Amino acid sequence: MSALKIKKGASRKSAYDLRDPNSEVIETHTLAVTVDNEAGVLARVIGLFSGRGYNIDSLTVAEVDHLGHTSRITIVTRGTPAVIEQIKAQLGRIVPVHDVHDLTVEGPSVERELALFKVHGTGNDRVEALRLADIFRANAVDSTLESFVFELTGTPDKIDAFAELMRPLGLVEMARTGVAALSRGKE
Amino acid sequence: MTRQMTGARMVVQALKDQGVDTVFGYPGGAVLPIYDEIFQQNDIRHVLVRHEQGAVHAAEGYARSTGKPGVVLVTSGPGATNAVTGLTDALLDSIPLVVLSGQVPTFMIGTDGFQEADTVGITRPCTKHNWLVKDTEKLSETIHQAFHVATTGRPGPTLVDIPKDVQFAQGSYTPPAKSKTDHYQPTVKGDIDAITDLVELIETAERPIFYTGGGVINSGPGACQILRELVDGTGFPITSTLMGLGAYPATGDKWLGMLGMHGLYEANMAMHDCDLMINVGARFDDRITGRIDAFSPGSQKAHIDIDPSSINKVIHVDLPIVGDVGHVLEDLLRIWKSRGRKTNSDALKNWWKQIDAWKEVKCLTYRNSDKIIKPQYAVERLEALTRGKDRYVTTEVGQHQMWAAQFMGFDEPGRWMTSGGLGTMGYGLPASVGVQQAHPDALVINVAGDASWLMNMQEMGTAVQFRLPIKQFILNNERLGMVRQWQQLLHGERYSHSWSESLPDFVKLAEAFGCKGRLVKDPAELDDAIQEMLDYDGPFILDVLVEKHENCFPMIPSGEPHNKMLLGEVEATDAIQGAGATLV
Ligand SMILES: Cc1cc2nc3c(=O)[nH]c(=O)nc-3n(C[C@H](O)[C@H](O)[C@H](O)COP(=O)(O)OP(=O)(O)OC[C@H]3O[C@@H](n4cnc5c(N)ncnc54)[C@H](O)[C@@H]3O)c2cc1C
Ligand SMILES: Cc1ncc(C[n+]2csc(CCOP(=O)(O)OP(=O)(O)O)c2C)c(N)n1
Repeated sequence: MSALKIKKGASRKSAYDLRDPNSEVIETHTLAVTVDNEAGVLARVIGLFSGRGYNIDSLTVAEVDHLGHTSRITIVTRGTPAVIEQIKAQLGRIVPVHDVHDLTVEGPSVERELALFKVHGTGNDRVEALRLADIFRANAVDSTLESFVFELTGTPDKIDAFAELMRPLGLVEMARTGVAALSRGKE
Repeated sequence: MTRQMTGARMVVQALKDQGVDTVFGYPGGAVLPIYDEIFQQNDIRHVLVRHEQGAVHAAEGYARSTGKPGVVLVTSGPGATNAVTGLTDALLDSIPLVVLSGQVPTFMIGTDGFQEADTVGITRPCTKHNWLVKDTEKLSETIHQAFHVATTGRPGPTLVDIPKDVQFAQGSYTPPAKSKTDHYQPTVKGDIDAITDLVELIETAERPIFYTGGGVINSGPGACQILRELVDGTGFPITSTLMGLGAYPATGDKWLGMLGMHGLYEANMAMHDCDLMINVGARFDDRITGRIDAFSPGSQKAHIDIDPSSINKVIHVDLPIVGDVGHVLEDLLRIWKSRGRKTNSDALKNWWKQIDAWKEVKCLTYRNSDKIIKPQYAVERLEALTRGKDRYVTTEVGQHQMWAAQFMGFDEPGRWMTSGGLGTMGYGLPASVGVQQAHPDALVINVAGDASWLMNMQEMGTAVQFRLPIKQFILNNERLGMVRQWQQLLHGERYSHSWSESLPDFVKLAEAFGCKGRLVKDPAELDDAIQEMLDYDGPFILDVLVEKHENCFPMIPSGEPHNKMLLGEVEATDAIQGAGATLV
């Protein structure tokens, strides 16, 4: 057996190579994808995920540059390191995609989601719901004598936690926006 | 100065400006304005096929044999849906195509109008990119973009869907040079540090191999030329996938033959035992790798590919190089030369000794017969009687395809057109139509199986109408041979629906189409029959009745590694078991 050696990291630019390529560990990654805001572009991205059997945990999209007509799609996805790399490469191949950033590996980032909760209740439950909303810094954006609509912004975990607490107190409906994320720092 | 014209005229003008000389198509209500424009000009030849699937495969044959994009024109609804198989075929095999489809007028979209189909929706997953053009002002620019996307980077099919009102309306024409190509600019130059790393590996490798693929053909004749220089300079052995045949000449002395499931023993063994694998424009397809965890276990792997998603998709490689084959090999060759053209020549000698021993196995040996024509013998004779001619070969899909790959040799790129990734039965006949259209004076042969050939046989009408003297060489085993082989190896010889009953009389069929046919079943008459086919000045169908239950070997049973090849009949019973049985 000859010993062919490649200088470690000499010519590779992907963070993939820093991890074990054969790892079976499932990781969660947040991807920010800049695309031309043209007809069908979202269908292309979603079709890629369903067609190739990738997971989507959350997806948010909106035009962020009205002059240049580009949208930012934020996708939270799961997979082994190899699958995550493949997802990024496949996204990069879509013609209207400008760039793909993996916020999970490209340094620290902030992630926020907005959610609305409709909670029915009277008496003690109603008081308790209001008290918890206060602790979570959720705002009541609509109220009747028997219900509230709370608005809460935070990480997906925080929203999950709030939903759990509201459930026994009369949570009847909930809407979530999915994650919006940006890298920290000035870049 | 912008020129005003109708959308329909714009289509024709854009095609002319893109240098298109041939369009394969089929008319219908939603493309009548474009057909009217085609009628009123002489620069672009329109080949009227008999089925839109045929048009797309013909365009694929045209593209693969010329290096230019193939162009297709179909009507809305059924015209577009009939094109879907061809689009998928072209996507998987990286063939550049531009398909133009008609659509119901914009104001009727979404109303389930007559012959309305969501063409961009249906073809989104089977094109590299597609567009619905709702404004005549954007039409010419979109068509130019479609050509740009189809032909650059990893080539593939694009589709432009054009509503009928957009064809009638006036707009200003944008020439190709003024069309923006946006941010879509694939990387062609490879990373020089990575290329230098590869040179270092080349200098010391003891058991290297070049594993080349369709990407070399995609990159063009220049890339093939550099590959030859590199292979001959280093003295490394080279094998190729089905899609890459002809990039390095079959007559070259470093050539090991095709690798993979039905590839040659020496090629597969060398892949398994190598210490340096240099993948040039191939995609580690499952027909190549066999069992992934046992694929070439002791090698460092370098991979040159223009598509970043091809890298680490199936096999983790140690040295990825993203770029165009031609550009990367040029740098590689230059750096290797400048560092003194070094290789580990002692080790190489031993490596070749080992390879020569594997060659001694003579894995393509078959038992010939003087009573019945063996399919391998038929292909061998076809090869012998046509080698050296200005020859192009297409195939259908099945055993005959593999025998053609094993027994025919290609010395130039673009001479071998086959459906590899999708494995589309019915590809070969229309592809031969497209190839012959592009090369009117060349010898164009479709090596076919009886079942595949029937799938698009209507295209014989196209060949006769356009005087395309294509040769249809049908290895007729009255079976869906490849399926039958798998049933023998995997399903206890229960031949469920894998034989063809009521086959047509191919000679009469030839006559019915207005061409010529001949049936041959005696091995002694085979040469004469082939010669008659070659000499005939027009389309010809040669119905070669061959051994019905011949199996195609060598074969790596699915789920097995390279060094577990089956070489012949004896070992083959119940060869595919366990987990391998679920693989295709
Ligand atoms: C019945 C049947 C049996 C088969 N058996 C076998 C078999 O035994 N052996 C075999 O080899 N195949 C076999 N095939 C074919 C197989 O399914 C695949 O189609 C084939 O192996 C893929 O070839 P490839 O790897 O060269 O890739 P291609 O599909 O040709 O892909 C080309 C690769 O090169 C890249 N590329 C494109 N252009 C460029 C460029 N300019 N520069 C750099 N890179 C570029 C692309 O991104 C892609 O990764 C069989 C098919 C059928 C139908
Ligand atoms: C459109 C399509 N349908 C089904 C198949 C599956 N299939 C692969 S090979 C084959 C049999 C081909 O028979 P034939 O054309 O006679 O060739 P042979 O194998 O006998 O040489 C079939 C049915 C396919 N590849 N394509």
